[in-house]
Amino acid sequence: MSNAVSALSGAEFQGIAHVKEQGLIGMITLRGDFASDAFKAAAEAVSGCALPEVRKITVADNGNRLAWMSPDEMLLVCDHGAAPQAVADLTERLGGEHSMVVNVSDARAVFRIEGEKCREVVAKVAPVDMADFGVDDFRRTRFAQVPAAFWMSGAESVDVVCFRSVAQYMFDLLSVAAQEGSEVGVY
Amino acid sequence: MLILECPYCGVKGEETEFHGGGEAHLKRFGPGSDDDQFHDYLFSRVNPKGVHLERWRHVNGCGKWFHAARDTMTLEVFGTYSAQVFEPPQDIKDKISAKRPGWQWREFS
Ligand SMILES: [Zn+2]
Repeated sequence: MSNAVSALSGAEFQGIAHVKEQGLIGMITLRGDFASDAFKAAAEAVSGCALPEVRKITVADNGNRLAWMSPDEMLLVCDHGAAPQAVADLTERLGGEHSMVVNVSDARAVFRIEGEKCREVVAKVAPVDMADFGVDDFRRTRFAQVPAAFWMSGAESVDVVCFRSVAQYMFDLLSVAAQEGSEVGVY
Repeated sequence: MLILECPYCGVKGEETEFHGGGEAHLKRFGPGSDDDQFHDYLFSRVNPKGVHLERWRHVNGCGKWFHAARDTMTLEVFGTYSAQVFEPPQDIKDKISAKRPGWQWREFS
C-alpha cells in the first residue's frame, strides 16, 4: 500500500507565533443520539474520553480527544494509524443503534499555532471572542473564508482543523496573521 | 451588524458565521393543491419593514437550521428558536410584543 501523506507535509512558519501543519492525524466523525445510553457507552469506551458537553472537548489519558460538533455529531481525534480500528470498534459496539461512523482523517488538515500570541492570530481571522476561550472549549467557525474548528491544545497553543482541500489557503492565512511585527496587543 | 445566537450550540456569532434561509414557517403546497396555492408557495414572500420571522442556518458552526425573529430595519434580534416548530413559540411572541406592541406577521401576532 502507498504511504499516507498529510496535506502540507509539516509545513512551518515562524512569526509572532509558530504555525505548523501537524502531519497525519486520525479523525472520526461520529453521529448519533447523545441521549442514548448505547451511543454514550460506545463513544466513551472506544475513545477513552468522557462525552463532552456542548461546545467542549475532552481528552483521554492516551491523548485521544472527543469534541462536540453539533447536537448529533462528535469528532474523535486520535492517532492516524489507530483510526481504522477505532471505526471498526465503534461500528461493532453501536450495532443496530441509529448512528454513523466515518474515518475522515485524510479529508482534513490540522494546524498548530503555538506561542503567547496564538490567541491573537486566531482572533484576527475568526469571529470568535478569544478572551475567555479556555483549554476545554471547542469551536466550529470560519477562518477568513473557510470553515474550521479549533481548540486549545495547551495554555499557549491552538489546534485548527480544516478541510484538506483548503489546507494551503489555511496555512497562508495563518502565516499572514502571524507575520512578524503584526501583533495587535489585545491578548 | 446582525448578531444571532444559535439555539442548538449556543454560539452568539455575527452574521458571517450564519446563512439566511428566507422566510420562516412556509407551508408546502404540492400535489393536490390548486394553482394559486402553488404559485403563492413558490413565489409569494412578505418583505416587511420591521418584525420578520426567518430561517437561518449556522453554516460555519454546528450546521443546524433554526428560526430567528428580528427587525429588518433596526437589525434587533428578538430571539432565535428551534427549527422543529410550525409557528413562533409563545416566549418569542412575548419578546416581540414587549418591544413592538401590536405587531403582526402573516397570521401571527
Ligand atoms: Zn449552532
